[in-house]
Amino acid sequence: MTWVTKTLNSTLGRKLIMALTGLFLILFLTGHVSGNMLLFKGDGGQAFNIYAKFMTTNPAVKLLSYLTYISVLGHIIYSIALSQHNKSARPVPYSTSKGSSNSAWSSRNMGVLGTIILIFLVVHLQGFWAQMHWGEVPMITYEGEEYKNLFLIVSEAFKQEWLVALYVLSMIFLGFHLSHGFASAFQTLGLNHKKYSPAIKLVGMLYCILVPALFASMPLYIHFSSY
Amino acid sequence: MKLTLKIWRQKNTSDKGGFVTYVADHVSKDMSFLEMLDVLNDQLTERGEDPVHFDHDCREGICGMCSLYINGKPHGPLQTTTCQLHMRSFSDGETITIEPWRAKAFPVLKDLVVNRSAFDRIIQAGGYVSINTGGVPDANEIPISKTIADLAMDAAQCIGCGACVAACKNASAMLFTSAKISQLALLPQGQVERKSRAENMVAQMDEEGFGACTNTGACEAECPKGISITNIARMNREYFSAVVSSDNM
Amino acid sequence: MILDSKIPAGPLAEKWTKHKFSSKLVNPANKRKYDVIVVGTGLAGASAAASLAELGYNVKAFCFQDSPRRAHSIAAQGGINAAKNYQNDGDSIYRLFYDTIKGGDYRAREGNVYRLAEVSVKIIDQCVAQGVPFAREYGGLLANRSFGGAQVSRTFYARGQTGQQLLLGAYSALSRQVANGKVKLFPRTEMMDVVVIDGHAKGIVTRNLITGAIETHAAHAVLLCTGGYGNVFFLSTNAMGSNVTAAWRAHKRGAFFANPCFTQIHPTCIPVSGDHQSKLTLMSESLRNDGRVWVPATQEIAEKLRKGQIKANDIKEEDRDYFLERKYPSFGNLVPRDVASRNAKYVCDEGRGVNETGEAVYLDFRDAINRDTRKIIEQKYGNLFEMYKQITGEDPYDMPMMIYPAVHYTMGGLWVDYNLMTTVPGLYALGEANFSEHGANRLGASALMQGLADGYFVVPYTVGDYLAQLAPKQVDDTHPEFAKVKEEVQSRINTLLNINGTKPVDYFHKRLGKIMWNECGMARTTEGLKGAKAEIQALKKEFWSNVKLMGTNEELNQTLEKANRVADFLELGELMVDDALNRNESCGGHFREEYQTPDGEALRDDENYAYVAAWKYLGEGQEEELVKEELVFENVKLTQRSYK
Repeated sequence: MTWVTKTLNSTLGRKLIMALTGLFLILFLTGHVSGNMLLFKGDGGQAFNIYAKFMTTNPAVKLLSYLTYISVLGHIIYSIALSQHNKSARPVPYSTSKGSSNSAWSSRNMGVLGTIILIFLVVHLQGFWAQMHWGEVPMITYEGEEYKNLFLIVSEAFKQEWLVALYVLSMIFLGFHLSHGFASAFQTLGLNHKKYSPAIKLVGMLYCILVPALFASMPLYIHFSSY
Repeated sequence: MKLTLKIWRQKNTSDKGGFVTYVADHVSKDMSFLEMLDVLNDQLTERGEDPVHFDHDCREGICGMCSLYINGKPHGPLQTTTCQLHMRSFSDGETITIEPWRAKAFPVLKDLVVNRSAFDRIIQAGGYVSINTGGVPDANEIPISKTIADLAMDAAQCIGCGACVAACKNASAMLFTSAKISQLALLPQGQVERKSRAENMVAQMDEEGFGACTNTGACEAECPKGISITNIARMNREYFSAVVSSDNM
Repeated sequence: MILDSKIPAGPLAEKWTKHKFSSKLVNPANKRKYDVIVVGTGLAGASAAASLAELGYNVKAFCFQDSPRRAHSIAAQGGINAAKNYQNDGDSIYRLFYDTIKGGDYRAREGNVYRLAEVSVKIIDQCVAQGVPFAREYGGLLANRSFGGAQVSRTFYARGQTGQQLLLGAYSALSRQVANGKVKLFPRTEMMDVVVIDGHAKGIVTRNLITGAIETHAAHAVLLCTGGYGNVFFLSTNAMGSNVTAAWRAHKRGAFFANPCFTQIHPTCIPVSGDHQSKLTLMSESLRNDGRVWVPATQEIAEKLRKGQIKANDIKEEDRDYFLERKYPSFGNLVPRDVASRNAKYVCDEGRGVNETGEAVYLDFRDAINRDTRKIIEQKYGNLFEMYKQITGEDPYDMPMMIYPAVHYTMGGLWVDYNLMTTVPGLYALGEANFSEHGANRLGASALMQGLADGYFVVPYTVGDYLAQLAPKQVDDTHPEFAKVKEEVQSRINTLLNINGTKPVDYFHKRLGKIMWNECGMARTTEGLKGAKAEIQALKKEFWSNVKLMGTNEELNQTLEKANRVADFLELGELMVDDALNRNESCGGHFREEYQTPDGEALRDDENYAYVAAWKYLGEGQEEELVKEELVFENVKLTQRSYK
């Protein structure tokens, strides 16, 4: 083993990967939520469709998207490896355990939350991302240029109440996942200082509420405005 | 007070073990938790039953020998060691569940006694300054700022009881390991071996089979000496900067 | 028989230097051919094991705890003395020497004590280099405080956990040698006996506390660093596992036991709350700086208190007797440990004790809080108050604390010469396990100093001197004596397991403790001691016919461990009584009521008792033989203490 693999196989190295991929995904979410805000523009989806085309064709964005796929995969694979390792560290469980008295629920259930988010992700990607890439999306023309009308797909999809409910619910889970994950990533990177940690915690709290709330408001907005 | 005690009994490491229920009568509120077990043990001996084995020594909260997972928490309901826990923290008629520390790296030896020598091996991997007796400079030739000395002392207070491992959902020993790495990383005396110490102690900790850290903070909340998880952050920093810059392949 | 203390001749300040020079050396290449056994891993044991391993010897270190880091040195709170004179307040090696000799009521050797003071300065250097986080001033230099009534500030400390930090320092040095392969560690292993061949210590017999295996270990020298025997009183501030077994077995194999009756009683402990009590907790001596000690002026008021009809705060100022301030106007509440303890006992004997058991006095912070504000008191003693509240359930900010004296330290121990060697060649005793440096009373913050001095700076020289006289031949345990001692150990365990009586071990230990505490504790009388001797003998008989143990030898068996230790305490108890009876004077921790000044102070008899009483074991059931080592004072003048 070289020093690189040795490091990445250590408990600390694996945590480092979780933290770095997690932080990258947080960055991704920030971009994602900002772009999707165009759904609220009320222009029949024009801005959103133009933005969608840009996101699927621009080479720089492409590079970022590959990084995102790697991050998602890395985050998942390492979380499975870590969970297994952690499970094996306590082969006989306690009969009674009061975790609630010393730690937050979300911090003890990141794996569960992550799994739920993963299931959501599959549904979400299948519904929009795969459609956009390989599906039959009706075309629309703005100022002589053709665009895929992803907005139509989105607004059709969110007419279904169950899907809206699934999205809102999933965003609540995402919120809990982020409520621990955000500050936790900084702690893993070793960034814990009495001057800065309170700020990191505060930003983390705002982030885990604001971003999932904005995401959740999109299907709700589309669902109710289309009536 | 009359209490029902659900106690883990296990003959030796290879035995499967299980809970046995006892009734403790006439328990005084002024008794310490371990004294309550002493009384139970004397009664068991008189009845011809094997007394409950548990680790304990100084009974003043400093040696780190006592353990016990009481009602779902290491060292019981208060943030102290079990030996400092008194029966006034419980109420009449209560059922108390007593289990050993649970971790692969802490195998049960008998009943509530576990083997914590994994901690010793972590220290042996680098929890020291490599100087021999004699031939050291005068104590005042190494000035250390009071702030740094205090921070080092905060970390050095660890009593090595293992409550952090017991409390952690992953049975991780990061708080224990980081306390020693921190103490020596903060002090000028620890600088010479700073990198290899971080690398070797972390490697040994992993080798012992402890879990990883999920940053739940349970260890800090249960540590009888209030060791902070800022030490874990410091260990992470020390480790990452060591692996990228040290000469160890 | 004449005991040779081997103190080098010549001026006091040059003795140790001369002695080091005249000691023989082991060739560096030969050091790896010598094996040394170290029993106990407290300050003395861990420091000795680490230092000897660094020199190149092969060391085997044994402790009964699950890790060397748990030894009871860890519980020392106050600090460690060293004659650094960093504070420019007039301290010197000579002053530390003088204070220690005087504090020990002139019953210690000048040569040993001077050496202790001399190496004290090196201990601090060593510990700092190891990374012990001593308290610092803002300028970055080491902080000191004055401790135990000393007139200079020479005590180094790490919050209230100095013992812990020093022990962890020594433990880290030990761990390094374990990693280097020079020390082999045997945790959860108890020494059961010493093997003496042709008059020399050649090894030990141990019991593996997990498997019960009785094993033999051979070595060129054996170091006992096994602490004190305060647990003979059942209740003491010692750890539950602290015991005399190693020292006592060595005694029965030929090592003399010196001054066993010299025990130190600490005045500020949390009182006993009931029969279930298993140990006593020390509250730092510093509390007496601000707390005022009192009891009700009359028995009637105390009676009401004990029945719970009134509370401490209901008692009017004129009904309170601040007995230390009354009797010792100039020192007041700050009189030495033995004086404070004895006076607390007197007022409780008069029926003025304040808790249910009648054995407690108040330590009141009311006036200090009114004078300095609660905040300042909290800063000074916050953690102690919290600990007190935890244990007793009472808040000392509102109610006065209750305290009572408790056994804390034993100055007596195995007799050793200047080399720390016992009367058995090759067998050494270090730290609290030996008798040497504290005389009849130990000064505060001096126990840590002695343990580390012995281990880091004395024994590495003196053991070398002994080993250099032995051929560097490999030792093993094939000599028939090993098998014989092993057999004796095994048979004693079998006997204990097969008594199958009716009473648990603690029943006997508690009774022994009561006898010792009442008759051989803070105040002793001829009559009481004679009665105690008979009682202990009877108790010993009862123990060996009626103790009940469960389980077998071949498993983790904590009652068997305890029974082994209590069996030895029963024998030691009798010797302590003999020693107390023999010493017809009062000095330091030994107070015979027949020998006091008209003011009730300890009355020494320097003409007849300025000697070390070393006891030689002659055989089962026989009275031990007293061998005297006369103490010679060439440098200090013997004076009477007075705290009026």
